[in-house]
Amino acid sequence: MFMKIASWGRLAEHPHEVVPLADHRTLVQSIQHGLPGISYGMGRSYGDVCLNPAGTLWQTRRMNRFISFDQGTGILSCEAGVTLKEIQDCLVPRGWMLPVTPGTQLITVGGAIANDVHGKNHHVMGTFGEHVTSFRIARTDGSTLDCNRDHHADLFKATIGGLGLTGVISTAQIRLRRIDSPWLLTDTVPFTSLDDFFSLADRSETDWEHTVSWIDCLTGPQTRGIFLRANHTSEAELTEKQLTAPGTRTPSALNMPVTPPLSLVNKLSLRPFNAAYYHMNARKAGISAAHYQSFFYPLDKIQHWNRMYGRRGFFQYQCVVPRKTARPAIADMLAAIAAAGDGSFLAVLKTFAERPAAGLLSFPLAGATLALDFPNKGARTERLFARLDDIVTQAGGRLYAAKDARMPAQMFAEGYASGLQEFSAFRDPGISSAMSRRLLGS
Amino acid sequence: MTDSTRIVIIGASSAIAEHCARQWAGQAGHESLQFVLLGRDQNRLNAIAGDLSVRNPAATSQILCADFSRAEAIAKTVADIVAGGTPDIVLIAHGTLPDQQLCQQDLTLAADAMQINGLSPVLFAEAFAGHMQAVNTGTIAIIGSVAGDRGRKSNYVYGAAKGLVSRYAQGLQHRLAGSNVKVVLIKPGPTDTPMTAHLKQDGASLASVESVAATIVRGVSKGSPVVYAPGKWWLIMMIIRHLPRFVFNKMDI
Ligand SMILES: Cc1cc2nc3c(=O)[nH]c(=O)nc-3n(C[C@H](O)[C@H](O)[C@H](O)COP(=O)(O)OP(=O)(O)OC[C@H]3O[C@@H](n4cnc5c(N)ncnc54)[C@H](O)[C@@H]3O)c2cc1C
Ligand SMILES: NC(=O)c1ccc[n+]([C@@H]2O[C@H](COP(=O)([O-])OP(=O)(O)OC[C@H]3O[C@@H](n4cnc5c(N)ncnc54)[C@H](OP(=O)(O)O)[C@@H]3O)[C@@H](O)[C@H]2O)c1
Repeated sequence: MFMKIASWGRLAEHPHEVVPLADHRTLVQSIQHGLPGISYGMGRSYGDVCLNPAGTLWQTRRMNRFISFDQGTGILSCEAGVTLKEIQDCLVPRGWMLPVTPGTQLITVGGAIANDVHGKNHHVMGTFGEHVTSFRIARTDGSTLDCNRDHHADLFKATIGGLGLTGVISTAQIRLRRIDSPWLLTDTVPFTSLDDFFSLADRSETDWEHTVSWIDCLTGPQTRGIFLRANHTSEAELTEKQLTAPGTRTPSALNMPVTPPLSLVNKLSLRPFNAAYYHMNARKAGISAAHYQSFFYPLDKIQHWNRMYGRRGFFQYQCVVPRKTARPAIADMLAAIAAAGDGSFLAVLKTFAERPAAGLLSFPLAGATLALDFPNKGARTERLFARLDDIVTQAGGRLYAAKDARMPAQMFAEGYASGLQEFSAFRDPGISSAMSRRLLGS
Repeated sequence: MTDSTRIVIIGASSAIAEHCARQWAGQAGHESLQFVLLGRDQNRLNAIAGDLSVRNPAATSQILCADFSRAEAIAKTVADIVAGGTPDIVLIAHGTLPDQQLCQQDLTLAADAMQINGLSPVLFAEAFAGHMQAVNTGTIAIIGSVAGDRGRKSNYVYGAAKGLVSRYAQGLQHRLAGSNVKVVLIKPGPTDTPMTAHLKQDGASLASVESVAATIVRGVSKGSPVVYAPGKWWLIMMIIRHLPRFVFNKMDI
């Protein structure tokens, strides 16, 4: 079945031979034809990691069954096409939550493993892969392997963050964490310089599980922003006032019903938006309560928000730079962005802690990560990215494949040098994506 | 729903039925919830039962594989199910979308399609109706289709079988009108399930199976006689049914 498929950035919509995988038992038979193919979960990656134009796309979403849940240990076994939302909708009411989730819960377990996704609590919980205790993977040679940290440990490590290139994950076992309630106690702290940001981040690490900040990327070196930190809490610890404050409950669903011909994100809209966003949140400074859904996944409430960037789609640029070089590198990037006059609604700055990586190609490094959205303006956007790439590479940093559609192969090779050589031995020769051809040559 | 609920699903591996089961499992407040999952592929049914028991630890499932075509087999299967306890809900969901062109060329295919989409579901309904009328309780929900509302060239074999389901349900409703047994006729519009996977490449707009299941579950709990899912198909089909023939015949549908 040929269908046009795009990823979240909507940069291109190419026909793919779509093969829905019905369930984990029959999966291995379904992936031996039409090679090479690539797995596709919810397509929430921004670039081409989940695309294979004119080739086969194994759609995993129908493999969406739970297999078992152990209420004593919190270990969930499920098919890889289950979404994080389906898991949490079912188990949060029973006092269990995924230890690591990204800024959207509309992604599959397979996608979460293949990009080894991170959340706002990297310094406490690390990446998603750290909580995966085992999985089963099917390869295009017809084999099926059960992998964990003792058994096929090398394939296990290559598959976590392995960009879907080592096989198709059919089922996975994940250890959930206990929670007392769906609530978080949050603290909103406005800041007005990068130094403030870094000292806030350092000071918050011991007492706060979740930390993240939004920055106004149009103000250049005088960066202002909002630092958000939060801890899980029990309902009993929240006051009635906190629980009933406006904005505490999750807002109802919104929708971006059509794609405007041009991006709605432009110079005219951006400056007032960023200023208003800053002042609105600065006024909310202090402690309040938030439901986990509105705290972690605010954008999930706006269906198809990615359409707001118009028909040409958009890029997300997410880098990480090591701790030592982070402060000047982030300042240089913000200056370059301000100079280019392009910017983004969603500029997110956050620190990562020192932790052993779960996967060979996992993205996080101890340091700071900056993520920004840019409408696709062709050559002009590419020029800005080239400038940002230089800063990141010089600082010893790298880009996040889950967000990437354009980084040069050389930059990938340098950024992921530590794991890349070992990784190539575990690739499934029947699997290839637009990204793997672009960055790995096959 | 009451404390202890018994739900029988015929064609339990259907995507629409499975999502209905998930929603029933997710509804809070049953002391015990018992599913009877009837199909033809044991492995598939086991996987569904496992999934339901994670969604609701109080849910248990009995798995049955059976012959869906012979009348005696259907009578026997239903008698066995009813002997295990009176169902609160029976959902009859199996079906297949045949290729109309092939049915026109090969009468065996046409006959099989009529059998599995038309005769088989109504015989199941008939078998349950007798038992449920005797105890005077429960709901029989049977999945027809918007395709049963008016025959059209692109799928009238399937449409005719679904039309049979409609008329049959109507008759059962008449028969059971004075009783506590409810008969719910469900007419889904095009829905994103394995049955319609091949239509997607033509850009067909398909409703999500979750939303269709939610409409069905709501309709069943209300005991609505006819449930279009999504609801907008009621209006669309009303217009299509009333189009004058000279207009309808010019349409390429
Ligand atoms: C609003 C938004 C916020 C986000 N926030 C964050 C964030 O905070 N942190 C973060 O880390 N990421 C974030 N992301 C990125 C997102 O979490 C990742 O791109 C994720 O991998 C998407 O999962 P998916 O199911 O959509 O997979 P896809 O995008 O469809 O695929 C991603 C990769 O997984 C592979 N894959 C999918 N299923 C399987 C399988 N069964 N077996 C093997 N490989 C498989 C694909 O081949 C591909 O390589 C965000 C994305 C959005 C849209
Ligand atoms: N999807 C739509 O757009 C749509 C629209 C209107 C009406 N409907 C109706 O909705 C119902 C459910 O369909 P669905 O969309 O959920 O499709 P589905 O997922 O393809 O399910 C079809 C079901 O029918 C069973 N089945 C098919 N042929 C059978 C046979 N010969 N004997 C026994 N069982 C058989 C299948 O069993 P196996 O799993 O063993 O194959 C499966 O359980 C059907 O009655 C269909 O006609 C669907």
